[in-house]
Amino acid sequence: MSTDNIVIVGGGQAGATLAQELRKLGFEGGLTIIGEEPQLPYRRPPLSKAYLAGEASEESLYVMKAPILEKNNISFRGGVRVTQIDRDNKTLTLDNGETLNWDKLALTTGGRARPLPVQGADAQNVFELRSVADVDAIRPHCQAGKRAVIIGGGFIGLEVAAVARKLGVEVSVLEGLPRVLARVTAPQVSEFFETVHRDAGVDLRTGAAVTAIEGNPVSHVVLESGEKLAADFVVVGIGLIPNTELASMAGLEVDNGIVVDAQARTSDPNVVAAGDCTNLPSAFYNRRIRLESVNNAMEQARTAAATLLGQDKTYDAVPWFWSDQYDLKLQMVGLSEGYDNTVLRGDPATRSFSLFYLKDGVVIAADAVSQPKDFMAAKKLVAARAAPDPEALGNPDQALADLIPA
Amino acid sequence: MGKVTFIEHNGTAHEVELEYGQPLMQIAVDNMVPGIDADCGGECACGTCHVIVADEWIGKTGQAGDDEKQMLDMTPEKAPSSRLACQIVASEELDGLVVRLPEFQM
Repeated sequence: MSTDNIVIVGGGQAGATLAQELRKLGFEGGLTIIGEEPQLPYRRPPLSKAYLAGEASEESLYVMKAPILEKNNISFRGGVRVTQIDRDNKTLTLDNGETLNWDKLALTTGGRARPLPVQGADAQNVFELRSVADVDAIRPHCQAGKRAVIIGGGFIGLEVAAVARKLGVEVSVLEGLPRVLARVTAPQVSEFFETVHRDAGVDLRTGAAVTAIEGNPVSHVVLESGEKLAADFVVVGIGLIPNTELASMAGLEVDNGIVVDAQARTSDPNVVAAGDCTNLPSAFYNRRIRLESVNNAMEQARTAAATLLGQDKTYDAVPWFWSDQYDLKLQMVGLSEGYDNTVLRGDPATRSFSLFYLKDGVVIAADAVSQPKDFMAAKKLVAARAAPDPEALGNPDQALADLIPA
Repeated sequence: MGKVTFIEHNGTAHEVELEYGQPLMQIAVDNMVPGIDADCGGECACGTCHVIVADEWIGKTGQAGDDEKQMLDMTPEKAPSSRLACQIVASEELDGLVVRLPEFQM
């Protein structure tokens, strides 16, 4: 087994999983994770859910606690930035001036929250939500009677709205597009979640463009219509920008993410990349995609680890996602983009249903709302490229298991 | 701290420390037990930490809850004592627990 020195740049889920997998596969060489944040690598999905709600401790988010890192001889350097990568000399430079050597390099640099491009967005109580530090800053504001304006009706915005409502906060959600979750779901599902949030007391507005934020600390959010919404604090969740600058500077191919192949290799065979920062080929969807998902971060990191050790592993899993809002669990499988038909299974009025997305008769994706059984079946249907009879698919009395091709 | 044994599909047994208060899934991951993917990190959202509790232990771990049952329903390797390891919290009562791992996670 190789005793190379492997350095992982990026201390998120992908970086930690990559390190874990290298040790699992028997790698015995030097292994260092460099993270910009001071915390040990942690799981981000609970940030906008249990961690914001105060139901999960910071420590419970760690992918590997300190004794586990130590036991596996994984060195973690936190609170430090890599400023430059020299691929010819196989070194990298840290912002404290230090230089580290590497034989193989992994880039798991993730992404950062897209900033709101309006005047006043830099006010002290306008928050984004990507890190433990962000949530630690938001949580003290989540008090009963306070007024939160949430900008963005995507997963982050809606999850924050749900937690804030539970804590008694008066919540407005502003979505610029005509419906929430527009980028990922069909109109029926968007409409369902809009109703859920309004029923929970959220002042949810779609097609609502923000033109300015007034005051520092913020006092009002100004809409294009001229209306001003009073706010005690603002949370912005309008997407993610992949962190590709370091890769670009190092001369690696970058195109809406660090370009990798199905083995997670970048344009340099000694450098792999995994997670939100990559642009990867999907054999399943027959196009290049960039995924913002913890499942992708982990699966691609496992492939990257195998590749670093010279093993032949191809990453071609069907992506899946989930979101918790109030008492509902939304589980999604596949990418629905390009669908030409949808099949509803169950009744949204019962707050438990599934929507299947078909293209040329083939199930390419599904959204299951509090229907874990449908979700697990949908995973199989999508992976099998099943083309079931739509009527059977939409009949809750028809077992989905019988529609999965053998 | 007690002990728990994870038995891989091929029969390889991993006896590791049972850290009380931790989900069984986390204990498996912390000890690099192969065959537990745990992609969602313990949110009962992915179904990739399936374990089959040894019959004599199911009385102590308890049966799967409703969501958990639904998640496990599609697994071909499902057994009456199937659980998601993220939904079992280690306690003194479970000292000596034995669970088997399926050949494939979902």
